[in-house]
Amino acid sequence: MASSNHLPARLFTKQSQALIYNYKEAAVQRMLDFDNVSQRDTPSVAGLIHPGSDGGLYKAFFGFKELVIPVYNSVSEACQQCPNADVFLNFASHRSAYQSSLLALREPSIRTVVIIAEGVPENEARSLIAIAKKAGKVIIGPATVGGIQAGSFKIGNTAGTIDNIMACKLYRSGSVGFVSKSGGLSNEMYNVLSRCTDGIYEGIAIGGDAFPGSTLTDHALRFEKLPEVKMIVVLGELGGWDEYGIVDALKKGEITKPICAWVSGTVAKIFPTEVQFGHAGAKSGGETESADAKNNSLRDAGAIVPTSFEDFSNVIAATYAKLQSKGLVKPVEEPTPPELPLDFKTAVKAGKVRKPTSIISTICDDRGDELSYAGVPISEVCKEQYCLGDVIGLLWFKRKLPPYASKFFEMCLKLVADHGPAVSGAHNTIVAARAGKDLVSSLVSGLLTIGPRFGGAIDDSARVFQDAVDRGLSPDQFVEGMKSKGRRIPGIGHLIKSATDSDKRVIILKEYAYTHFTSTKYLEYALEVEKYTLQKANNLILNVDGCIGVLFLDLLHSSGLFTQQEIKEIIDIGYLNGFFIVGRTVGLIGHALDQKRNKQGLYRHQFDDILYDVKLGNGPE
Amino acid sequence: MARKKLREYSTKYIIKNNFPLLCNGSKLNLKMIQVSPNTPTLLELSKTIDNIWVNNSKLVVKPDMLFGKRGKNGLVLLNATLEEADNFIKEKINKPVEIGGKSGLVTHFIVEPFVPHTEEYYLSITAQRESNRISFSNCGGMEIEENWDKVSTLDIPYGETIDKVDLHTLIDSSVLNREYVIEFIRNIYKLFNDLSFHFIEMNPFTLDHEGKPYPLDARGEVDECAAFKCGGRWLVDGEPVQFPQPFGRSLYPEETYVNELDEKTGASLKLTLLNPTGRIWAMVAGGGASVIYADTVADMGYGHELGNYGEYSGDPNEEDTHKYACTIISLATRNPDSKPRALLIGGGIANFTDVAATFKGIIRAIKEYHQDIIKANLSLFVRRGGPNYQSGLQHMREIGHKLHIPIKVFGPEVNMTSIVAMAIQHINNPIANPVPIHHSKPTSLTMSPTINGVH
Repeated sequence: MASSNHLPARLFTKQSQALIYNYKEAAVQRMLDFDNVSQRDTPSVAGLIHPGSDGGLYKAFFGFKELVIPVYNSVSEACQQCPNADVFLNFASHRSAYQSSLLALREPSIRTVVIIAEGVPENEARSLIAIAKKAGKVIIGPATVGGIQAGSFKIGNTAGTIDNIMACKLYRSGSVGFVSKSGGLSNEMYNVLSRCTDGIYEGIAIGGDAFPGSTLTDHALRFEKLPEVKMIVVLGELGGWDEYGIVDALKKGEITKPICAWVSGTVAKIFPTEVQFGHAGAKSGGETESADAKNNSLRDAGAIVPTSFEDFSNVIAATYAKLQSKGLVKPVEEPTPPELPLDFKTAVKAGKVRKPTSIISTICDDRGDELSYAGVPISEVCKEQYCLGDVIGLLWFKRKLPPYASKFFEMCLKLVADHGPAVSGAHNTIVAARAGKDLVSSLVSGLLTIGPRFGGAIDDSARVFQDAVDRGLSPDQFVEGMKSKGRRIPGIGHLIKSATDSDKRVIILKEYAYTHFTSTKYLEYALEVEKYTLQKANNLILNVDGCIGVLFLDLLHSSGLFTQQEIKEIIDIGYLNGFFIVGRTVGLIGHALDQKRNKQGLYRHQFDDILYDVKLGNGPE
Repeated sequence: MARKKLREYSTKYIIKNNFPLLCNGSKLNLKMIQVSPNTPTLLELSKTIDNIWVNNSKLVVKPDMLFGKRGKNGLVLLNATLEEADNFIKEKINKPVEIGGKSGLVTHFIVEPFVPHTEEYYLSITAQRESNRISFSNCGGMEIEENWDKVSTLDIPYGETIDKVDLHTLIDSSVLNREYVIEFIRNIYKLFNDLSFHFIEMNPFTLDHEGKPYPLDARGEVDECAAFKCGGRWLVDGEPVQFPQPFGRSLYPEETYVNELDEKTGASLKLTLLNPTGRIWAMVAGGGASVIYADTVADMGYGHELGNYGEYSGDPNEEDTHKYACTIISLATRNPDSKPRALLIGGGIANFTDVAATFKGIIRAIKEYHQDIIKANLSLFVRRGGPNYQSGLQHMREIGHKLHIPIKVFGPEVNMTSIVAMAIQHINNPIANPVPIHHSKPTSLTMSPTINGVH
């Protein structure tokens, strides 16, 4: 019932290269690390296939150096570009492993297809087996970790981390051919074999499915043909008839090398009913499929079979010792594998390295379970109904501010949220939106207008008023001083509003401050300055920027929450324009959306609104 | 995820339902009713329009419980009236029977028209690695095992279409209505392939009064891995097909719970309860390793003390590992009797599973159950290797120390199964702190420095 297709004996060499489908980053790096300690000249990963990607390059380490590996978006393209790669390592899911494996089997350059996925339908596996047989190709898997040829080629995650590869000396060739169903046990056995023999020449995990692409027998027969393999070790499992293929091969004399075999699952006989073990192909049931029957048949056919798994390493050691005493195995030359640099993440985990950080953040922490603003978890921000002003307090000023302050912030935002379509920022946003630009482009077109003449005077007015008060200047000294330097006073003056047509926004702000602030010293000073400037012109009023600027000075100084040093920093850095930017963003977005909603076409300024003053014949010669 | 056995009713229903679509519109004249504790009685069912036929037909009633030899065990009612059939079911339903040394309740029955016949043919199709095997005999029926030498077989390479295969050699001229039978086998073969069956057996099938093939009995197994392709056609009475447990094996609630966890995750979580009062419990990583741990317990003569077979693999997340570990620890600590017990937290050297991460879930479970662990005199024996194993093992040691739970922790420096001998020694030792013995191998001598028993 078991059959063998007589696979090619040699699947891998020290030059073998793989294409990896649906690559897993850790697997790629582990293959390359293995290459390095095995002193391969070329990386074992030729290319990666990521269906639906735009291609490009993938970076990974090859020893100390970084390597770029091409990424392809189709199997055929990868095979064309990497004709030397003859192993196709398929990490596709159980749903799609069939299609991608089929494509690979059709490529002339691919000789071996490894299918990692567990749960591939049996019929799909059988279909691939039939196709591979016709094409003379080899399938390893499904439901496997792959296999390894010590010192030459490692499939994916086989043999785990580099520590394990070093511990089991898998970076150099031994003389045992090992095959089993289980990937986990393979790794365990590499460890055992490294202790009781000179290690493996090659190890293959065929996978736990009922119909593996290649069988225990297939690989045992391959090992028979590989001259470097001096003894064969097989770890079978209850369920199926694969081990009887080895029994047949032994009886026919097709296997002549010493073969140590153990079939696990002897426990099944004590189970009251049939049990599905962890592997799909491992089911207790029929007598001939039982571990005992298979162990007995193998023993009868001439395999060396222990009495239990615990005894397995003893019979392996004894068999190896016999080969040694006959001079059939030569002592291994122990190469010194190059030291592999520690992976940074691993080193950090192990506390072996330190590294200066490039960026500091003191306001927001997105690590862990929950985002926090200035140490306040986002759930608390929502549960305690923090208002937008509170959130600004946390993220800009790094503290929870009293309600009157947060409310003042919000009031500022509301008052500056918009000022009609004609102001320069809104106009720019409208022009950009009508030119067909997207929302964010239209928005920033308006935002970038904010500056000393439009909306950006809050910080500057705070600075000059702070300076004037600090230096104890009287309002007239201050105004005249500015004038003599040829500077306008930021926060004073308005294009349209005047003493007789006062700005309602300023009135609201003043009223709020008189009611809630503990001191309005800076406002009083600014109003004295306004009295003086109004004598010069009717429109030299304290405008909304100026009013916000001085009220912030009052808030910062009188709240008792900020040190003098902090206040100086806030003014110097220029926090306060942020209020205009945030507030006006709301209005600018509104204007952009409004233009788009109204399907307004490209804006072009009227000719008759432009004075053309270009002289004829004045161009370059 | 593997091969699953279907009830006779489900097998027949799926075949009948898919027959016209896959077999050029030809129909299979099958009539059947399922009666179980979840359905109305046969009498009540007989009043619905689809089941009118039971009122004017002689009936056959059989238990539908995945066990064979029903006729030989006197569990089949033949040529019965509706009332007789109804009484038969009422008499037997939810009553225990013993079949082949296994006892359990009979819950499901299949009711079909009685088909008088003389011919009994045997047909089975089995999926093999490179072919499907058709087995046929014109001596089917209850005595098939005695007549196995009269069964002939034909292997059809997988992927080859049945229409090109000459079945005349398999079905010789002694078979009545030979061409009908051949056509029938072709159709069943197509269904077999298309619906991802792994096994179909009809023993026997006969010819009805029109001379058309008619399966009297049917068994089926499907490949559950193909559910994502065939699930929509594996419908029984409009519902997704159910995969019943083998007869004599009703599930413990803990097993059902782990089955449900297993179905929801891409990883693998398995639990079979063997002996609820056993003193050795296992929670082993890996499909291959878990079998070997159970083997080793049995090899050392303690199979009767093995509480469970258990396996987790495929990198389950912390939450699933935690739930799985809670289930096993709660079983292992039930009904404390002060006699020592052992839990094997074993595994080989993982290829890619992060040992520290999976241990996190187990450690959480240990924390939650630490009072029960102490009360039940349960000692923990840990052996594992693989990515990040050092920190995983360190966390295990620390939790044992912190909670005063006896726990012994080993890495790849000892043989995988060496903790089994320690566990056995522990349960035989009235003083709950065994000195670990060095079993079998000089290579396992480095174990002492890592011991963290609480003294």
